[in-house]
Amino acid sequence: MRNAAFALILTAVAAVLFIALRWVNYSYAFVAGYAVLQFLVLGTGWNILGGYTGYVNFGVTAFFAIGAYTTVVLHKAAPFLPLPVMMLIGGTIAALAGLGTGYLTLRLRGVFFSIATLALAVVLQTLITNWDFVGGARGAYVIPPRTAPLIGGDYKQYLFLIMLITSIVVLVVARALERSTLGYGFAAIRDDEAAAEATGVPTLRLKLIATSLSGGFMGLAGAPMPYFMGYLNSTSTFDLNYAVNALAMPLIGGTSSWAGPVIGAALVGGLQEWLRVSNLQEWLHISIPSEANVLIVGVLMVTFVIAAPQGIVGLFRKKR
Amino acid sequence: MDVSLDLLLNAIISGLLLGGFYAAVSVGVGISFGLLDVVNIAHPAFILLGSYIANQANTRWGVDPILAAVIALPGFYALGTAVYQLYYVAFERRDDQALRGLSFFFGLLFIVEVALILVFGVDHQSVEAPYIGKSLDLGLVQLPFRLLVPFLVAMAMVIGLQMFLSRSFLGRAIQAVAQDQLALRLMAADPVRIKRIAFGLSIATASLAGAVLIIIQPVEPSIGREYIGRIFAICVLGGLGSFPGMVIAAMTLGIVESITATFFGPSWAPAVAFTVLLATLAVRPAGILGR
Repeated sequence: MRNAAFALILTAVAAVLFIALRWVNYSYAFVAGYAVLQFLVLGTGWNILGGYTGYVNFGVTAFFAIGAYTTVVLHKAAPFLPLPVMMLIGGTIAALAGLGTGYLTLRLRGVFFSIATLALAVVLQTLITNWDFVGGARGAYVIPPRTAPLIGGDYKQYLFLIMLITSIVVLVVARALERSTLGYGFAAIRDDEAAAEATGVPTLRLKLIATSLSGGFMGLAGAPMPYFMGYLNSTSTFDLNYAVNALAMPLIGGTSSWAGPVIGAALVGGLQEWLRVSNLQEWLHISIPSEANVLIVGVLMVTFVIAAPQGIVGLFRKKR
Repeated sequence: MDVSLDLLLNAIISGLLLGGFYAAVSVGVGISFGLLDVVNIAHPAFILLGSYIANQANTRWGVDPILAAVIALPGFYALGTAVYQLYYVAFERRDDQALRGLSFFFGLLFIVEVALILVFGVDHQSVEAPYIGKSLDLGLVQLPFRLLVPFLVAMAMVIGLQMFLSRSFLGRAIQAVAQDQLALRLMAADPVRIKRIAFGLSIATASLAGAVLIIIQPVEPSIGREYIGRIFAICVLGGLGSFPGMVIAAMTLGIVESITATFFGPSWAPAVAFTVLLATLAVRPAGILGR
């Protein structure tokens, strides 16, 4: 399938989904849908570096937060900017952060990059906690407009639509990468970096492209967050939950293809939303604390990593 | 900002003591990452586990936290060997350490953290012992026992491990496996068994490190993450696999952090480790005393 055809099909699916949800007009569906799509973008972004290139980024929250806090800063400094412009700026800054971290660490063994990204999240949280302009440790209120621009209706619907469009863009890019020279270069690095280098693959440059793209997409996923939550503080933005979800979704779905993060996001994100609202707790006469909800994702991830290294996509391929 | 001499002196002394404690926290990763090439980023989670065990033994039965940690050592050792066995079967044997092995430890870190929240809540937990709260007054400087005792325990542990690794047969075998695994196999020794023992040791250090951690500061489940940056900064700065280098690096980081906390406020301290880590990786990736 050509990339243009794939983009058209995705757009059609998204349009049908959006119109159907508007027709049902159940406001919770937009909230849950936004959460799942946000993890889809985050997981796909992570997978470009993690799955395609084989470098593990633990600093998901750092890139996510760069997107989110760029929006907070722009909301205060230039409130007239439309949200998509804010997202583009946030995504660009996150991409630059990815480039910088990659440049400093990727000439060494890959594991140093992973460790550096873990530490990056901690230091960025420290910086933001100490930065009063964006609310510091107290947090910042970002009051979204009451109604959505262009499409009318609740603002949450507008946020959902924006995340839907972002998902299309990210998925089309991810799929196009898989079958491109760039993508084959990424795969060569993942499989054997020394051999790739020896056959003339410009490994450092490709790795830097992957870190920038990946970081930028994760920034995009975080940028609308302040408007979605209405309130943002450093503890909730840097919640390890985001990082675990971003890793869990591709690892559960399968890291080798764009479909992996989609399957993972739909399953894990859907499961989490379902556990949150279902009356399972009433049926069983127990109360499930919200941490248990998160624990499930961690346990699922570790189980899949051990028992099904190729993810759900891999299980499906073996049967064929 | 008022830079007075005795403030600076006290900051340096407490930084040194803190650095000794950091050495205890890092020595486990010094073994697993430095010698065995197992990137155990879940190490802080095991340390926290040690803290909570010390805390429970202390609040329930009034046991001294360090004694509790010593009693728990065999348990931690067994846990470590079990984790390594799982890691070996699932990742190392398949030659899949990079992506999935790292994700495994990350998942482990997360699971332990959430499990601790579920069991003990997010409140800070602490321990009581007769020496906590008192200090040794040496005129210009005060040496709080809260820092001095962890320092001494930490130094004893690091020196003991260094002696074990350089003098005993098993210790030399561990160093051999770090240098050339294939050669060890040719000598009819089982590298996996030796690595399992070494990894068990590295997790066992987490028991003591956890106990001294909770003596130094109250503990809550998410502080483990702060220590990842510190631990790896220390291991990289010290040169992987070099214990003396690691102790020097730990003390350097302790002093820099302590000065930062004294003169700029404690909320800036976590950023120090990262800066040190990135600077080392960019300038001298082999560390101070690297091979």
